[in-house]
Amino acid sequence: MADEVVLLDFWPSPFGIRLRIALAEKGIVHEYKEEDVWNKSPLLLQMNPVHKKIPVLIHNGKPVSESLIALQYIDEVWNHKAPLLPSDSYLRAQARFWADFVDKKIFEIGRQLWATKGEEQNAAIKEFLNCIGVLERELGDKPFFGGDTLGFVDVTLISHYRWFLVYEKFGNFSVEAEHPEFIAWVKRCMEKESVSKSLPEQEKVYDYAMLLRKKFGIE
Amino acid sequence: MGDVKVIGASLSLFCCRIEWALKHKGIAYEYIEEDLRNKSHLLLRYNPVHKKVPVLVHGEKPVAESLVILEYIDETWRENPLLPEDPFEKAMVRFWAKYVDETCVISAWTASRTKGREQEKSLEAARESLEVLNKLIKGKKFFGGEIIGFLDLVVGTLPNWLKFLEESEGIKLFDTKELPFLHEWAQRFTEIPIIKGSIPTAEDLINYNRDHKKAE
Repeated sequence: MADEVVLLDFWPSPFGIRLRIALAEKGIVHEYKEEDVWNKSPLLLQMNPVHKKIPVLIHNGKPVSESLIALQYIDEVWNHKAPLLPSDSYLRAQARFWADFVDKKIFEIGRQLWATKGEEQNAAIKEFLNCIGVLERELGDKPFFGGDTLGFVDVTLISHYRWFLVYEKFGNFSVEAEHPEFIAWVKRCMEKESVSKSLPEQEKVYDYAMLLRKKFGIE
Repeated sequence: MGDVKVIGASLSLFCCRIEWALKHKGIAYEYIEEDLRNKSHLLLRYNPVHKKVPVLVHGEKPVAESLVILEYIDETWRENPLLPEDPFEKAMVRFWAKYVDETCVISAWTASRTKGREQEKSLEAARESLEVLNKLIKGKKFFGGEIIGFLDLVVGTLPNWLKFLEESEGIKLFDTKELPFLHEWAQRFTEIPIIKGSIPTAEDLINYNRDHKKAE
């Protein structure tokens, strides 16, 4: 029986991008369904009744939501190609810890970055750069967080990249100026087809962020 | 493989889970009590990123974040597994564990820390999320089935903690009439030998809170 895989997603979402990259890395044939998060479809509400959010991975009719949970699911089911998590249990724990760190910190601080001004924004910029520094130190000399190839943490973090440039634009700062090693890692990730093809166009993400600012009355 | 240490704080919601998991698998460990108001060099060394408990140290290698630690324990010591084998079933357990920590706990915590309209909203969110848990456990002995599993350990201290918040803040969170299945589960859970006597009761939390307030 052939596998039926559907991804419910929203084009600028870093959480959705994570799954796009994983599916591409593992060469998993799937159907991509674009959701309008401002006008949610009956399918989304049926597949994720608890949170009503994307992304949702639907595998043979069974839905898995929450991006890091779906990422692990993909890794466990399609385990013959491009493993994202290492086999050593301690290294797996480290990967989960850092993915959780990205999840807890980056999106929330990032949101404060483009949605606020003045003192609040400055504090968010400082915290954001601090987090990047922590991640940079964790990366160390390795080409990727996963070692020689893209791993769980790489996929989790690189998915936010288009939004980093939005933060830099609205916050008027440069990640590269403070953390050049981090940007070198970004460039290595972007050389991978699974990453470059899964990220939306930068201009479109800027435009969407501008739309959100207007929508929430931030100007 | 190396000896096992758990750095925890005795009344922490998240630390019990770790000790229960190790006991469930029959793993010997050394428990180190941390004073969270005066964090030790040991904690800062083993969890420099978050500086929080619990931390599991296995042969000098630290693991932090309770759900990450639980998965590490389950993968390292395979006897009495906590997570199911099937990837979809495993994903469901992980989903609900995250739901407990990020939805139930956070909304109850917010409700206890706010007043007025904000408190009303959080209380509603907390009650809704607990009703979801109540429905989830309906018709089952434990979240893990016939014996306790990952999700039982995660939900573990929640009922007593909610009762503590009710008492200390005068709010309604854990109505046994509205959440009968969750209440019955809590009674079964606290009777299990490895849990009994090592789960903070509402009274323990109330007493600690009162003493802590006196000290300030």
